[in-house]
Amino acid sequence: MAQDSGTRTLISQTQISRGRGRVVYWTLLVVVVVGFTLVFLGPLYWMVTGALKSGQEIAQTPPSLFPKDPQPQNYIDAWNNLALAKLLFNTFYYAIGAVLFQLVLDTAAAYSLSKLRPIFGNAILALMLGTLMIPAMVLIVPQYVTVIDLPIVHINLLDSPFAIWLPLVANAFNIFLLKRFFDSIPEELMAAALMDGATSLRTLWSIILPLSRPILGVVSIFAVTTVWKDFLWPKLVMPSPETRTVSVGIYAFAGGTPMNVVIAASVIAAIPTVIIFLIFQRNIMSGLTTGSIKG
Amino acid sequence: MAITTVPETPRKPGRPPSPYSTRPQRTSLGRKVRDNLTGHAFLIGAVLCFVVFSWYPMIRGIVMSFQRTRRGETTWVGWDNYSRIIADPSFWTAWQNTFYFTVLALALGYVVPFFVAVLLNEFRHGKGYLRILVYLPVMLPPASALFLFKFYAYDPSEAGLFNAILKALHLPTSQWMQSPEMTMPAMVVASTWMNMGGAVLIYLASLQNIPGELYEAAELDGAGIWRRIVHVTIPQTRLILALLAMLQIVATMQLFIEPLILANGAGAEDSATSVAYLIYQHGFFQNDLNGAAALGVIMLVVLAGFSAVYVRLTAKQD
Repeated sequence: MAQDSGTRTLISQTQISRGRGRVVYWTLLVVVVVGFTLVFLGPLYWMVTGALKSGQEIAQTPPSLFPKDPQPQNYIDAWNNLALAKLLFNTFYYAIGAVLFQLVLDTAAAYSLSKLRPIFGNAILALMLGTLMIPAMVLIVPQYVTVIDLPIVHINLLDSPFAIWLPLVANAFNIFLLKRFFDSIPEELMAAALMDGATSLRTLWSIILPLSRPILGVVSIFAVTTVWKDFLWPKLVMPSPETRTVSVGIYAFAGGTPMNVVIAASVIAAIPTVIIFLIFQRNIMSGLTTGSIKG
Repeated sequence: MAITTVPETPRKPGRPPSPYSTRPQRTSLGRKVRDNLTGHAFLIGAVLCFVVFSWYPMIRGIVMSFQRTRRGETTWVGWDNYSRIIADPSFWTAWQNTFYFTVLALALGYVVPFFVAVLLNEFRHGKGYLRILVYLPVMLPPASALFLFKFYAYDPSEAGLFNAILKALHLPTSQWMQSPEMTMPAMVVASTWMNMGGAVLIYLASLQNIPGELYEAAELDGAGIWRRIVHVTIPQTRLILALLAMLQIVATMQLFIEPLILANGAGAEDSATSVAYLIYQHGFFQNDLNGAAALGVIMLVVLAGFSAVYVRLTAKQD
């Protein structure tokens, strides 16, 4: 990256740009690039091509590098037998809903905590941040019991997408991320809007949100990937085959399905998140690091 | 951030003062109440979700752990659930396995990303590509990644990737997930591959904030590369190092999906049973939600203990 050049790191620029340093630098770079490609991309290659192999070819030793007789049929079988279209649609639907719920409710909350600062706001924020210390596994049982019989209203949310959408709104990390961003928007802008007679909602809509596009993008991407990667919670609250997510569906079918078909299904399940990542990798990386404390 | 002073805006008569201004000012009670109502109206949606899905379940979990529900009737049973859970022999096996996993995962999943980040930070070429590579597995659905490991890498026959490599190097092959000794190390390797990207990126960001003059000075004092890492890099990133150690411990203590998919749950000779897996077993297979809640509370207490130690250690440094 351009911004890094010129900053001095562990080893000085001059040391690696001439003589022996230069040779060591380039050798190391090539070794690392090749090594990392093998370690991180290799398994994915193995996965995509392995799913094209026949049952016999997969079991053969030594394993073959290219499928000798590619069987696209495995992918077609996976698509049909596991009803992947339905599973992918479900997951996509849950992901979009999760983005909408989190954007609307978490943004409103962060705006209130950052700019409107109502009474008890800090206490509420502290209670929210406190939940970051509670591991998901600790809450899984009481959360499940709550979802099958919501207090007071006594509604059962099993197999309802709200069972995925609403718990994700209770995400202290998002609210913290958004609040920190809103905090950096100058108060003068808000005061000016108020002078012009804008309501709080109007200020949020016309001033804060347009300035916050990058962080809203980050929150949306995180919401999508969370839904796509989540396993245990959707497995518990979406028990019917018709409402399953793609990860849960593959797991459920893995038992009686030939392994190359399971792998083909895993490849298909991974494609959406990998594409999202390749398109939005800059935003994802900035989002990851804005949330962290600079050490 | 540069602070620009805004000239005092002449206030129109009758217009209420700005609640956004940081200057102390007197406002009418009615205005105050109205501002607070607006503020709380914006908060209500998220707060309700926290109440229903986070704060209330937290309390309910603790209450449930002291109750027993049978045929729709809930009775108070005191420490019964706890003693029953602890008497179960798999309770201790699960804790042993979980701690073993945490220790191995700290040794591998915590140390390796740091050195990967230090290495990547030195490169002036191909940085973007390497960063994408490291983070790519994080984006895979864990079920996809684990099926890959289960079927290819850890295939106990010689057709498995790892066994093929071992054989090519003329080393003894392994039964991987079918051998109790190899189960944990194999799960740690899969888990590290899947998760290390996030830590690498966070380390990279904090490495970029280290002032170059510190390395310069260390080098002038004759410090070699290793001593520069020990005396400059590590102290300069210690806050992030401590934070990620904590996050790593909390994350690995919740080990669940690796045993479920790689080892079909308990694994060979219970070598994969984890505390989280036991919670799942009790709650959703043995129809013992109260026992599972008690296990959850025990896990919370253990992790709170770790957090307390962490806060102590980090507070002492400054």
